[in-house]
Amino acid sequence: MTRGFTGRRRDGAVRSDRLPPGQYDVGRDWPTLTAEATPHLAREHWSLTVDGLVGTPTTWTWSELHALPHSSYDGDIHCVTTWSRFDTTFRGVSVDVLLDAAGPLPDAAYVMAHSTTGYTTNLPLADVTGGRAWVVWEADGRPLSDEHGGPVRLLVPHLYFWKSAKWVSRLELMAHDRPGFWEANGYHDRGDPWLEQRYQGDP
Amino acid sequence: MSTATGDVPATSWTTATVVEVERVPLRYVRLRLDVAGRTPHRPGQHYVVRLRAPDDYTAQRSYSVASDPADPLVELLVEQLPDGEVSGHLHDVVEPGDVLEVRGPIGGDWFAWDGDATAIAVGGGTGIVPIVSMLRLAVRLGVTERLRVVAVGRSLDELPYATELLDAGAFVALTRENLGSRVAAPPYPEELRDLVDLPTPVERAYVCGSVGFASWATRTLGEVGVLSRSIRVEQFGVTG
Repeated sequence: MTRGFTGRRRDGAVRSDRLPPGQYDVGRDWPTLTAEATPHLAREHWSLTVDGLVGTPTTWTWSELHALPHSSYDGDIHCVTTWSRFDTTFRGVSVDVLLDAAGPLPDAAYVMAHSTTGYTTNLPLADVTGGRAWVVWEADGRPLSDEHGGPVRLLVPHLYFWKSAKWVSRLELMAHDRPGFWEANGYHDRGDPWLEQRYQGDP
Repeated sequence: MSTATGDVPATSWTTATVVEVERVPLRYVRLRLDVAGRTPHRPGQHYVVRLRAPDDYTAQRSYSVASDPADPLVELLVEQLPDGEVSGHLHDVVEPGDVLEVRGPIGGDWFAWDGDATAIAVGGGTGIVPIVSMLRLAVRLGVTERLRVVAVGRSLDELPYATELLDAGAFVALTRENLGSRVAAPPYPEELRDLVDLPTPVERAYVCGSVGFASWATRTLGEVGVLSRSIRVEQFGVTG
């Protein structure tokens, strides 16, 4: 216990069931946190590739991606720096749709998301399937800005937000896990906010 | 951006005894902590401080380390943010002898400088804190020519460690008051160009500050020829 500390942001019922442990409600702000210079990517030069352990390595241009069935996520996002943002709406394409086209091989168990900047983040394949992950180009009804990873970012909202790679350009399916950028820098390989998996060594 | 190769040891929560508390105008507090079972940090890395209420509610925030790794204590410089749940407690309540839950060092290879690479380090406001750690290491190792520090603040009073930075030869740019013969303004590209190029071109750039500052600094470094892949950014947002 910290002498003299009682904590402030605990009023209201929202706290109990929507905020993972150690998080606070940031309100309508949407902070950004990146480790590299923010790139500006022209949509016409952007593409997304799904490769690695797949039967049909596939690349989509911006317009090809938009021709796929769209879907939305409307819910909460959680950053490891302890802010959570409620009720953010994203629009894009489910990763399931991309994987259906590329056809994961039986030994594919992990995915490495790559960004145009060289940023990487690793995820279990199970965390990006079953309607729980998207590639998105729109947030709260507006095109995703450069700072938030536009034109297209990965969205895996049930994990800490560093897993939702900005400026995503490639999903590489792998048989074995290997650490991405923050994971090699001491952050957790899975990053479930409800289990508070912030750093390597957390449960 | 390159992928880190670091073999980063897992950290776990430990306790730190507050040894010194200095409230620094206008809204900062400098804390010096004796961390139990401390793992030495690398300049640029940070610690997490977690406060715990009697009902086990916790709030935690990350703060960059200002101290030299050789310092037996870990020094943090915390800016009191409006309604800052953690920063307010650290600024207003903490006293020497208090015990805090801490975890660190966090941050791995990316935003760390060990004295080897020739680098420019650009910090705005409290973004100068991790760069102070780098500078203290450079001074101790006698390699200050490898670390060219640019410190940007509104005024001398609002720039943490301003005196120490000036004494160590950092380039200080104030945006709201004149400093000597330099009229208040953000650093001009020409001012950065010499620091980037002379006497030898830098291999790497570190940028630390608010989102707006980091955006300005990375753009300006690009204008004077620093490749975006050699720029390493540490940003802070609205966490309090």
